[in-house]
Amino acid sequence: MKKRKERIDRGIKVRSSDVFALLSWREMLYLSFPRLLPIVGLVVLSFTLSIYWQKVLLSVSVFALLAISWDILAQSGMISLGQALFFGMGAYLSGIMNYYWGWPPFLTIPIATIMGGLISTLLLLPVLRLRGIYFSMVTLILPLMLVRIVEATRIFGGTEGISGLTPLPTRWVELYLIIIVLLAALFGFRRLMNSDFGLVLKGINDNDQSVMNAGINIYWFKAQALFIGGSVGAFSGAFMTHVYMFVGMPVFALDYSILPIAAAVVGGIGTFAGSMLGAFILVPLSEILRGLGGLRIVFYGLFLVIFIVVLPEGIFHYIQRKYHQFERWVEVE
Amino acid sequence: MNSPSLLMVSNIAKHFGGVRAVNGLSFELAKGELLGLIGPNGSGKTTLVNLITGFIKPTTGKITYKSRDITGWPSYKIVRLGVARTFQMVKPFYQLPAYKNMIIPLYSPRVKKMTGGKYGDRDAMALDLLEEVGFERDSFVAYKVASALPQGYLKRLELAKAIALQPDLLILDELFSGLSLAEVAGILPIIEKLRHEGKTIIMIEHRLKELFRIADRIIVLNYGEKIADGKPADVMENEEVKNAYLGSE
Amino acid sequence: MLPGALVYGFVNSVILALVALGFNLTFGISGVANFAYGALYILGGLLSWVLFNSMGLPYFFAVLFSVLLTAVAGALMYRFVLLRIRGMVLSEVIATFGIGLAILELLKYLGFIGFEYTLPVFIDYSIDIGSVTIDLQRIFIVIIGIAMSAFLWFFTHHTRTGLRFRGIAQDERTALSLGINSDRVAMLSVSFGAAYAAIAAIVILPLGTINVEEGYHVLINALAVCIVGGLGSTGGVVIASFLIGYAQIFTVFYLESHWVMLVPLIAILTILIIKPSGIYGKQKELEERI
Repeated sequence: MKKRKERIDRGIKVRSSDVFALLSWREMLYLSFPRLLPIVGLVVLSFTLSIYWQKVLLSVSVFALLAISWDILAQSGMISLGQALFFGMGAYLSGIMNYYWGWPPFLTIPIATIMGGLISTLLLLPVLRLRGIYFSMVTLILPLMLVRIVEATRIFGGTEGISGLTPLPTRWVELYLIIIVLLAALFGFRRLMNSDFGLVLKGINDNDQSVMNAGINIYWFKAQALFIGGSVGAFSGAFMTHVYMFVGMPVFALDYSILPIAAAVVGGIGTFAGSMLGAFILVPLSEILRGLGGLRIVFYGLFLVIFIVVLPEGIFHYIQRKYHQFERWVEVE
Repeated sequence: MNSPSLLMVSNIAKHFGGVRAVNGLSFELAKGELLGLIGPNGSGKTTLVNLITGFIKPTTGKITYKSRDITGWPSYKIVRLGVARTFQMVKPFYQLPAYKNMIIPLYSPRVKKMTGGKYGDRDAMALDLLEEVGFERDSFVAYKVASALPQGYLKRLELAKAIALQPDLLILDELFSGLSLAEVAGILPIIEKLRHEGKTIIMIEHRLKELFRIADRIIVLNYGEKIADGKPADVMENEEVKNAYLGSE
Repeated sequence: MLPGALVYGFVNSVILALVALGFNLTFGISGVANFAYGALYILGGLLSWVLFNSMGLPYFFAVLFSVLLTAVAGALMYRFVLLRIRGMVLSEVIATFGIGLAILELLKYLGFIGFEYTLPVFIDYSIDIGSVTIDLQRIFIVIIGIAMSAFLWFFTHHTRTGLRFRGIAQDERTALSLGINSDRVAMLSVSFGAAYAAIAAIVILPLGTINVEEGYHVLINALAVCIVGGLGSTGGVVIASFLIGYAQIFTVFYLESHWVMLVPLIAILTILIIKPSGIYGKQKELEERI
């Protein structure tokens, strides 16, 4: 008597998703719990952690934002190997505006976000027409090149960078600003990708000829996705500039490119919550492993490889499956 | 001069390196015609369609549609003028349910143009269109994910995606291939209906019997060149055509 | 100044070409993205050092074995990682990137940094070409570079295995149906690329010290040359190497040397504006894929 594993959606999932007729508190809780978890969790953490770990939470949120930004690009068919490009762009722009023109953070951060997204999109526009690998290659190279430019031409502070920038008003403003933006990005991007606009983007990722065939200008859509993802990345950079009160060559470091990818791969590509989860796992882990110095990156590298080969769907998908479905053994007919 | 033709192809050629896929082809298509495009494999039929729809750019020649020179235009622009095509190897979005597949063509600026600037309820439009091509509403087959659909339904989905764009010129690339006689008989009325609505249709087919029943005119290609152009009955008597398909003695 | 610039420009160009060819081979010709390329380069160099210095093998054998070992490393990388994710470009890129990263940082951590890590020059001698003094090692590099390019061209156009390499890049299904074992061929091409990286390292590294950071530079330069020249086109890569190589040397000689890294960037940005698929790029624009 042979058996096979069968996976079925839970009743509560079926009742609560398509039909959307909620019959009990239990069902409402089932639906709202996953959504409330990050919100409540973040708020609670921000209060209960020590100052040191609050800084870590800050860092986690920044990387989570970068990971989410990576994820939306990936879902649209653009694999970025250089999130540092957006991060650094936003960082330098806000640093420059603050230092040379004396603009305060509440001006420089939004402007740097938009400008950073815009400039990055324009830079990458020519490669959107080519195969995906070109996009990856160019995004990998650009931040590395920009570092060397800054180093060589010594503009914008050169190797020393620009320091003495304006900080944000209080520690709490810092923390809550980034948490709010993170949650907004998380829920906002999910909404976006579930809408018809997002459907087109996913279609482009899946089968771009078919989308072209429907009379849709895929380059325009890709450019939009690029702008959206890039702006979020630029925000993280602009934000960090004012937290550290400094901007310099390190903003284009490989760390900012690799960790978001690792976070998304570990946590689950295609779900923004997964990318965030990945960041929440990897960043504290790297803090703890700080003592190992350079070996950290070895770990990221190995993590990346192991996860992409063994569990490409990521942890979050696994959790999602367990939450929404149950498995049982049935006889093979 | 008689009324302007809908589509005019002048001396179109496409060379891929040394291969002349299409070699100096010209023809005109009037509004409302149903043109059958036939020829042995490799004769350039799909290449010709790719050229007309803007998927590839011609090496030489000119294409005029609705009196506009569309040579070299990108495909999405051509679609917006009212040209839609299906692919020989269907290209659905396999991970999505059938009706979600329809959302993407319905999101096209062409649809916005044709409905006067508004998109309308895409989900409802999707289900209506699918019903028109034979996705029975009561069986909820429109909700099935595309990867679970058999070829007959996938072909209909492909057709529905093209119809959704409200085209004036509809190009069907081997729509009937892989379908049983019953399935073809099921689709023929849909095509007849499209004709009645005034659409101009080009059909590439290998199944000549079914094609000849509905086509007004047949063009035969061989090695990228036009070797016959006329009514179905006349074309089949053509010696060159017979040789092309059956080989000379 | 000019003769010096011309001669050193030539050498620099050949170095760039040498480095880019292996990467081009693997991706452009066989369609396998190998972002661990820079790591394999350094690995090849360090293996030679270890075999020569720590184990005392005669230099010739150290070189031979390190090339072979690097090729094997490439094959293993393919067999255990890439094989499972063939065809999914995202995964290939991320996985090879991760491997390259892990290797380079591991080497850095293990302490392979310092002036003692050098590879011996083959012959310590200089000759004069016209008014320019140039060391024999550089000349040797040029000879090897030309030989390897020629060999690569010949190999991919005239030998069965080489044609198979190109076959699987163009259309894997067809290749499979013709009896070409695409997995084995892809593995061979990754190994070949790795071997090329090792050979390039052995020839070029004697010019300076073995610096693990070089691994990243190598990848960047290889990518830059491939972007400008066009992925998949050996001719394009060679031309791009010369364009960038000469531009860099001229910058060093006539402007200031710290503008050097600006050159590849400007080249990339320019080519992206003019012809994004590269000089001889075979990357058909998305619309042109049928």
